[in-house]
Amino acid sequence: MRGLHQEFLIYLLMSLVIKNLTANIGDQQILKGVNLEVPKGEVHAIMGKNGSGKSTLAKIMAGHPDYTVTGGEVLMDGENLFDMEEPDERARAGLFLAFQYPMEIPGVTIANFIRAAVQARLPEGEELEATDYYANLYAKMDALKIPRAFTSRSVNEGFSGGEKKRCEILQMAMLEPKYAVLDETDSGLDIDALKIVSDGVNALRSPDRGFLVITHYQRLLNYIVPDKVHVMVDGRIVMTGDKDLALELEARGYDWVTEGELATA
Amino acid sequence: MNPETPTTDGLQFTPSPVWPDWFRSAQQDAWNEYLATPAPTRKDETWRYANIKALDLSAFRNAPPIASEGKLINASTGLEAIAAKLVFGNNALVHSQTDGLPAGVVVQPLDVAARENEALFRQYFLSQPVELGSHKYALLHKALLSGGVLVHVPANVEVALPIELYHWVEGANSSVFPHTLIVLGDNAKVTVVDHFKSADGAPAFACGINDFHLGRGAKLDYVAIQDWSADTLAFHINSTVCDRDSSSTALVANLGGRHIRGESFSKLAGEGSRSVMLSINPLDGERQVDQRTLQDHAAPNATSDLLYRNSLDDKSQAIFSGLIRVEPGSKQTDAYQKVENLVLSEDAVAHSMPGLQILNDDVRCTHGATSGGISQDELFYMQARGIRPDLGRRLVVAGFFHSLLERLDNETLRARVAALVNERLGVKVAD
Ligand SMILES: Nc1ncnc2c1ncn2[C@@H]1O[C@H](COP(=O)(O)OP(=O)(O)O)[C@@H](O)[C@H]1O
Ligand SMILES: [Mg+2]
Repeated sequence: MRGLHQEFLIYLLMSLVIKNLTANIGDQQILKGVNLEVPKGEVHAIMGKNGSGKSTLAKIMAGHPDYTVTGGEVLMDGENLFDMEEPDERARAGLFLAFQYPMEIPGVTIANFIRAAVQARLPEGEELEATDYYANLYAKMDALKIPRAFTSRSVNEGFSGGEKKRCEILQMAMLEPKYAVLDETDSGLDIDALKIVSDGVNALRSPDRGFLVITHYQRLLNYIVPDKVHVMVDGRIVMTGDKDLALELEARGYDWVTEGELATA
Repeated sequence: MNPETPTTDGLQFTPSPVWPDWFRSAQQDAWNEYLATPAPTRKDETWRYANIKALDLSAFRNAPPIASEGKLINASTGLEAIAAKLVFGNNALVHSQTDGLPAGVVVQPLDVAARENEALFRQYFLSQPVELGSHKYALLHKALLSGGVLVHVPANVEVALPIELYHWVEGANSSVFPHTLIVLGDNAKVTVVDHFKSADGAPAFACGINDFHLGRGAKLDYVAIQDWSADTLAFHINSTVCDRDSSSTALVANLGGRHIRGESFSKLAGEGSRSVMLSINPLDGERQVDQRTLQDHAAPNATSDLLYRNSLDDKSQAIFSGLIRVEPGSKQTDAYQKVENLVLSEDAVAHSMPGLQILNDDVRCTHGATSGGISQDELFYMQARGIRPDLGRRLVVAGFFHSLLERLDNETLRARVAALVNERLGVKVAD
């Protein structure tokens, strides 16, 4: 008994656990009981049709104020995300969301934006060292083939779709989260950009980090090979499998999943 | 005289001995006219929505000589590389450094100009009518003027580095009358920065006028950094006259002051001329900025482009009233006018009154005002990166101003103003 209990604790402290999560926007229920576990070191994919609730799940975890959580919880290494009121607390605790539609912030440069985010993680009174910061930033920009001149561009303003997505990954690389949720990071990317972004993500895979990769195309998963694939339909995870499930979904579409099938382990 | 008229305020007419006799007598006339001119009321079109009570001058007095000359001179440091610098404290010149100027360029106090460059002075000094409401205060300015600067760049001369002018006020209820007269010959080029600063946090009164005259093909870049104490009442009255193919870009950054009345008049007098009118107003507390503008297209093929941005926190107020006037012969006019309010508090108030008066049909013209708060999604995006909402908001506000500063050509100057805006908003940034 004791051993089991301990094992459970370790597991709890080493994963992102979504339990019976239900959520509304206004009166409309969008999430209808989501259950999911992403252990550290693993990459899980969520696939599902447009409108199935994937972005809603991502935004709820990050703390978007438009949604109301009506039940369930999300534990990040044992810590309930919903005990943290503000999105910024959750981010500093180690959660990262790469947005499906990154926001433009006129007049705020990439360099200052990321710097403010990095600085926010330092203890009060400690100043980020500018030289180190830029060295780090430039190295990561180079790896993602983002021109250095982008440091003085306003966040996402006038960026192409691909540039926006690369900048999301840049931010993830700079902030080194414990868990990263990537929402449709492949959309708007041509094949070259897809490779660059995937390399960027793969470089961050580590035993200390978990990923939840949301997509509705299998293509991305050729480059970021997942440990597990979950299928979301109408606000629920209805099926879980290994990476081959993505290929099957690609070949057969989504409809067969709901035709009498129930979630499998 | 009726002892209860508000015009018999604490300010006394004491003509300064620095002026030549002819100007002193003009000042006496101006003073008499000032006293005879009724104070504005909200019924006047140019004072709609204005806070007339804020204009009470009774507490103010003629400024005494400054006590902390050395301190103010030391504090008069802005840009690293400049062509010239003049420092005024309570209207008196306390420092002058002009050795970086090209030959023929004049940067001198106006009283010296009235003697040494009398023809120029007579031609250009206060040569434009003050039509946007504050003619009474322009008379007061003329009557009590003792400081002020003439910048004269002769034809075909380019001053590569900026000229900086500092105007300090010191002591409780002191009154200052800054004046910047810029006269550019044909194809002359210059950058001028006016700094308006308080030596202390005391209440003060400033009544300043700028006159800019651009000859053919001349180029002026002008920045005013208004940083009066939070308890200062200030008038800043500007006129810019652009001759053929000349180009003026003027930015007014209102960082300080309690109540600021700004009037800006651009006259596109020559064909192909251009005037860019910019203002940034980060407002909080109970601060008020009341701005009135006129873009007067008196020649064809000219461009005027006005963009004013206000951020309004707490109980602050911004009034904007602008007019684009296109005269009958001014074909192919491009005229733009836009005021944008970023409203940060439910108690803040913005009145924006853009306007057009177009007397021919060959114009491209847009005007408008927008008001809105910080987008929730923008803030969420920042928070999702770990940035605390308070800093996130301030970054958005700073960005709102920084993106306007991109209109300034001079990169050093742009960075300097951006840094001051950040300082004002309490935003620390990468260096
Ligand atoms: N702000 C919103 N207001 C109303 N309905 C919304 C809003 N956001 C999402 N929805 C609805 O929630 C459902 C799930 O959307 P979403 O989570 O974006 O799906 P996905 O990311 O899987 O395409 C959809 O039916 C969508 O229309
Ligand atoms: Mg989505």
